[in-house]
Amino acid sequence: MLDKHGIAKRIARELEDGFYVNLGIGIPTLVANYIPTGVEVVLQSENGLLGMGPFPIEGDEDADLINAGKQTITTVAGSSFFDSAMSFGMIRAGKVDLTVLGAMEVSDTGDIANWKIPGKMVKGMGGAMDLVASAKNIIVAMQHVNKAGESKLLPSCSLPITGLKCVKKVVTELGFFEIDERGFVLKERAPGVSVAEIVSKTAGRLIVEGEIPEMEL
Amino acid sequence: MNKVVANAQAAIADIQNNATLMLGGFGLCGIPENCISALVKSGVTGLTCISNNAGVDGFGIGLLLQSRQVRKMISSYVGENAEFERQLLSGELEVELIPQGTLATRCMAAGYGMPAIFTPAGVGTEVADGKEVRAFNGKDYLLEYAFDADFAIVKAWKGDTHGNLVFRATSRNFNPLMAMAGKVTIAEVEELVPAGSLDPNEIHTPGIYVHRIFQGTDYEKRIEQRTVRPRG
Repeated sequence: MLDKHGIAKRIARELEDGFYVNLGIGIPTLVANYIPTGVEVVLQSENGLLGMGPFPIEGDEDADLINAGKQTITTVAGSSFFDSAMSFGMIRAGKVDLTVLGAMEVSDTGDIANWKIPGKMVKGMGGAMDLVASAKNIIVAMQHVNKAGESKLLPSCSLPITGLKCVKKVVTELGFFEIDERGFVLKERAPGVSVAEIVSKTAGRLIVEGEIPEMEL
Repeated sequence: MNKVVANAQAAIADIQNNATLMLGGFGLCGIPENCISALVKSGVTGLTCISNNAGVDGFGIGLLLQSRQVRKMISSYVGENAEFERQLLSGELEVELIPQGTLATRCMAAGYGMPAIFTPAGVGTEVADGKEVRAFNGKDYLLEYAFDADFAIVKAWKGDTHGNLVFRATSRNFNPLMAMAGKVTIAEVEELVPAGSLDPNEIHTPGIYVHRIFQGTDYEKRIEQRTVRPRG
């Protein structure tokens, strides 16, 4: 089974040299720590920055320089700033190669719910609906089951939808899945996890073809 | 040609009850601190505020919420604010949540003289309720209208007496878009210089969009999430 760093590590293997990448808040942010050697990616922060660097050295924080999670950050060589319309313009126009997001639920047709829980205070969708409506390659990083032990990989989302038919890949603590017209296609098992466990914890249509390899990290 | 006003109080003096305001900033980054303080002092009420966020308790738009001057917020994300939550649950405050890119582009449309835009954000979600959907090249888009705001209040790093503005780092965010979109645009800047002092190549917002400008004072520039690496 993977911890959240393991999930981030596996997603980092999907990065390709030259990719422009938007990482959401939570586990997706950790992906930046595991970018493979020899792969250069440019991180987009939707509040108006391409080329997001690490957190600043203590004492060098700049209130004018934050990421979409409102954390103080830095720039890197080649960074650029722009306004919020241009930021979502480059997302909408498909210039961003990969988007990594967290989710509460994903359906076996690629729908995603990640912004609202009925009965709880709604904080808003921020940029999530724009990202999922436009990104050409969306990977969801999330736990396989919720706190009640119920599958978050579903036949259809029960929570309010963020976007339809948009998720291409899902990485959970149990495995790596691709979504096609048949449903969740199990591609890799997390270390020490059996196919039987994945089957028992997946409520949506699950496709298991042949021998499923254990994930390499 | 001189758009300079003395201070925030003078800049916002004609904002009436029930006005619709755009307020620049992302989180607490690049917010018009001086004008927000002046609005609190003015006591104007019934405001509709278009702003990506709603500040935090005791800072930014949170100050206007605390003094119950806001009737409606139009935002993309409104966490981090207990007073906001209280007013929302008690029904004192109306909130319209819209996707962040839609918010930005509805500002942009207003500034570019376009009545509406089509965006895929929100298709198939509750955001689409009651909106026209149109397919282009096999993909569905929502019709979203340009904002119509009485005033846009923005914060820039530098500005000149003609109203030309330069923004710094990610404090740019919604500021140039809102500057273009207001019927009346008020800019507060950290450094106000005579026309001719700024390099025309470097200007982000041409002065034609800015009606009033002043040099702000005592910027706190509060940091919402201070994240650092240890030195050495």
